[in-house]
Amino acid sequence: MLNRPLAAWLAAGWAAALLLPWYMLDDGLFSFVWLTEGYAGDRDYAPALFQVLWHERYWLAPLGLFLALPLLAVGRPDNGRGTGMLLVAAGAGGLFWLLLQGFGIDHRGVSLALLEPLVPEGGRQYGMGWGASLVALAFLFFITQGLAAHGLARGDVFVAGSIGLVVALVAAFIFFPVLTILSSALRDNQGALAPFLFLDKLFDGRIWGTACLTGGGRCGSAWNSLILAVLTGLSTTLLGLAFALVVTRTGFRAKRMLRTLTVLPIITPPFVIGLAIILLFGRSGAVTQFVADLLGLDAGRWVYGLPGILFAQTLAFTPIAFLVLIGVVEGVSPSMEEAAQTLRADAWTTFTTVSLPLMRPGLANAFLLGFIESLADFGNPLVLGGSYDVLATDIFFAIVGAQYDQGRAAVLAIVLLSFTLMAFWAQQRWLGRRSYATVSGKGDSGLPLQLPPALRRLCYVVVIPWAALTAVIYLMILFGGFVEFWGRDHTLTLRHYIHAFSVVEGEHGLVWSGAAWNSFWTTLQIAAISAVPTAALGLLTAWLLVRQSFGFKRAFEFGTMLSFAIPGTIIGVSYILAFNVPPLELTGTGIILVISFVFRNMPVGVRAGIATMSQLDRSLDEASLTLRANSFTTVRKVILPLLRPAILAALVYSFVRAMTAISAVVFLVSANYEMATTYILGRVENGDYGLAIAYCSVLILVMLAAIGLMQWVVGHRRLGRRAPSVASAAEQTS
Amino acid sequence: MSGPASVRFEDVTKRFGEVVAVDSISFEVEPGNLVTLLGPSGCGKTTTLRMIAGLELASAGRIVIGGRDVTALPVTARDVAMVFQSYALFPHMTVAENVAYGLTVSRVPKAEVRARAERALELVGLAGYGARLPSELSGGQQQRVAVARAVVLEPDVLLFDEPLSNLDAKLRRRVREEIRELQQKLGITTVYVTHDQEEALAVSDRIIVMNQAVIAQEGTPRQLYEEPASRFVADFIGDANLVEARIRAVENGHAQVEAGGLGLQLPARGSAAGPALLAIRPRSIRLHPEPREHAVRVRVDKATYLGGHMEYEVEAPLGPLFVVDLAVDRPLPAGSDAWMTLAPRGVTLVPA
Repeated sequence: MLNRPLAAWLAAGWAAALLLPWYMLDDGLFSFVWLTEGYAGDRDYAPALFQVLWHERYWLAPLGLFLALPLLAVGRPDNGRGTGMLLVAAGAGGLFWLLLQGFGIDHRGVSLALLEPLVPEGGRQYGMGWGASLVALAFLFFITQGLAAHGLARGDVFVAGSIGLVVALVAAFIFFPVLTILSSALRDNQGALAPFLFLDKLFDGRIWGTACLTGGGRCGSAWNSLILAVLTGLSTTLLGLAFALVVTRTGFRAKRMLRTLTVLPIITPPFVIGLAIILLFGRSGAVTQFVADLLGLDAGRWVYGLPGILFAQTLAFTPIAFLVLIGVVEGVSPSMEEAAQTLRADAWTTFTTVSLPLMRPGLANAFLLGFIESLADFGNPLVLGGSYDVLATDIFFAIVGAQYDQGRAAVLAIVLLSFTLMAFWAQQRWLGRRSYATVSGKGDSGLPLQLPPALRRLCYVVVIPWAALTAVIYLMILFGGFVEFWGRDHTLTLRHYIHAFSVVEGEHGLVWSGAAWNSFWTTLQIAAISAVPTAALGLLTAWLLVRQSFGFKRAFEFGTMLSFAIPGTIIGVSYILAFNVPPLELTGTGIILVISFVFRNMPVGVRAGIATMSQLDRSLDEASLTLRANSFTTVRKVILPLLRPAILAALVYSFVRAMTAISAVVFLVSANYEMATTYILGRVENGDYGLAIAYCSVLILVMLAAIGLMQWVVGHRRLGRRAPSVASAAEQTS
Repeated sequence: MSGPASVRFEDVTKRFGEVVAVDSISFEVEPGNLVTLLGPSGCGKTTTLRMIAGLELASAGRIVIGGRDVTALPVTARDVAMVFQSYALFPHMTVAENVAYGLTVSRVPKAEVRARAERALELVGLAGYGARLPSELSGGQQQRVAVARAVVLEPDVLLFDEPLSNLDAKLRRRVREEIRELQQKLGITTVYVTHDQEEALAVSDRIIVMNQAVIAQEGTPRQLYEEPASRFVADFIGDANLVEARIRAVENGHAQVEAGGLGLQLPARGSAAGPALLAIRPRSIRLHPEPREHAVRVRVDKATYLGGHMEYEVEAPLGPLFVVDLAVDRPLPAGSDAWMTLAPRGVTLVPA
């Protein structure tokens, strides 16, 4: 007998091969013209069977063999080892052939000598469509079913299938594109292998030059990126620590206001901070003008370059360090400090000998986070960089600029990737386990030590002006959209808003005539569409990580969190390199945007899920299993209802993150799918700051509304007495 | 229900990486019996229980339930039900929905589900509580819901994982009696895990004592208490004074034992002449203020008044001893001398 899921996937595989169009349709995934325009008789629309029979695509025929293999299992015992072997063979063979023919024969014809006998003169093919994708999925689940019969995931078919699905998706949309970068770095722009060119590009002076040290000339972008990242890491960590200490260890009155800072990086569109800095400190900025008038100096462009980027990144990423370090500072058990004080240590000695050393791993963690964020940051260097080149923007200009040099972009991406991966690896490896979190589940009745007076004053001196500056920057953003031209003409106007968001009464009802509406709706739509798979995939992965055990779990976890560490610019470049040609031909579609958001933001869902799921008693799942529910039913009836707040949080945060994404998106947008952030980028490049800022303000309000709505909903649900602090757990994930 | 089923373990081993949690154990639970897995924490008893449930799969060996080999069967396919230490009641479902859950997911018709769930709640004395949420019940009531949720499926085997550990001491005694009564009423094969030896003695038909991943001894409560097979069991089940002794001769299965000046005749239990280990229950030591025949002189080091009985620590020729004496009216003061004899029961040779 075949079990139900296997029978279902077998049927789906056959249906896909017999009925669905095999190749990608030019008319879009959800167009059904293929049904009426020729269907099986058309070369482009035919399902696999008819491709073989009528259109001379003989190389698809062996897939039928692999689809037929599982039928041999009919009549055999359900979870016997023989059946397992058979399924693994069918699935692996099928996938292998699918990949071999997919990469061996493309739109230019056959490139693999091995396949030539099967391909008639002029035979070629396009990207995978509905049919091919479903058949690939069916093969994947043959494998996982077979492995389950051999004991993977304790024989649980649903768990094995989920693991297989996540692994396959991560492989296809993270590892495959990144590997494509590596391979394209080794080739010249015509596609021939050119290792010397690679070395030439890798050791290019524009990357590694040290001219700035010896005076005269610029340094390479690799050095620039590193210096910037180290400085940003240091400044955000120190500022974050000061903020965390003020909030947790002093009697400061406006603590709640300081805490709201932590929401800011989530809802801040790229460029905004950079723009605000230009408007304040740029050549015609308010502060610059004021100081220049006062001192009679010539207003300079000092803010462009390292100082400006560092300033903007510190503003942007300090809240992240703050968020991390609040947890770290609160994690130091008050009892430890009280113990030190009963041992005759004064407040200062206690702080330096007990509290601070206990925070050390947390500080290192915050530093690495700031370091990685800075390396990956694209928006601020683009706006404020001036002649200070960093890797993230260099990659962008290598692709979109006049130079159009794929190989150089790939080489730069490799350098950037190796920096971030090293930092990510250090963070996971060294710090993942070595946290001195001293708070146990048991109540700790001690009072946290108040800061020694000198340190407290120092923290105030740092924190209060910085918080004020942050407030000014954000007020500026709201205000800047309402003036004619910041720095020159401060007359109040609604011009920018009208230009972007006007709605006029036309003949056929309302007309969305504003220039920004198009990108605005596209952004909302794509962000909303991608939120669902992001949350689903993230929570599924979290469930596998928290609740299931299988051999390669650590590697699995590392792989799924990896996409967090890969800078968006690299994802963008790798996606155009990898998905421009068959078998996965996605560039120019909306799907590629959705996919890039899903895999960029999936770790948010994973963390939200892990945080909530670790609070749910594991025996709830086990109870459900012993009550005859299989693991799919258990997920549906027990886990999902209890995870509702986490699901909502994952949905909202992936929505918001998708709205503010720029670094990957900038490579992937097309004429049909322009996003808000790329539209804003265009305005910034044209110097149209008023419009850009007005647009940013609108985005901020939309995101604030989304988050506010979510917190209201989460806050208003009751679940017996069990309404754990899920909302706060989810907040900490971003 | 297919009638009560037996549970059989044949050389079952469970490894977690390098760690051997259960090391090649074999036992059989008779149909309709309540068997307790007893042992200190980390001895492998909970792992054993989870292997019966299918929540862990055995690394080696065979598990047979009701004549069917279930070794490789996942949890969902086994006909067992479990009551968890934390009860694991689904917080988002009412009491009735919790109890009905197993039937609902097995696609039993709705009317039948409702009737059977109501009957199960009645059985545990919670009729009329169906509409409440688990969080609106007391700990004892939650525990009963967990039991109802398990028995409603009429499983082959019912499993309890330390079901009383979240209840206070008084409630514990009552609930364990309820569990035992229910189990006997339903005649359901039951495996019960606890680390509390008194609980185990109270509820079990048979007890399996586990220590360090292996079975230390298996038997009825009386066998375990009166004829411990090892130093560990003697010490773990009830308190025991373990003292060095000497067997002078063995005759017809009876051993002449000499310990610290006391001569005893005890069942030999397979021991031969030579040095031996003697387990003496604290209540089997009698203390007398005056000297008498066959008594040895001891010194009272410590005397504690505990209301219903006295506890003494005495220094005897056999070594230091712990004594429980019901004679609270004439306590022996610490520092005084006393004379000690042994009661006929509660003294046993422990096989080496």
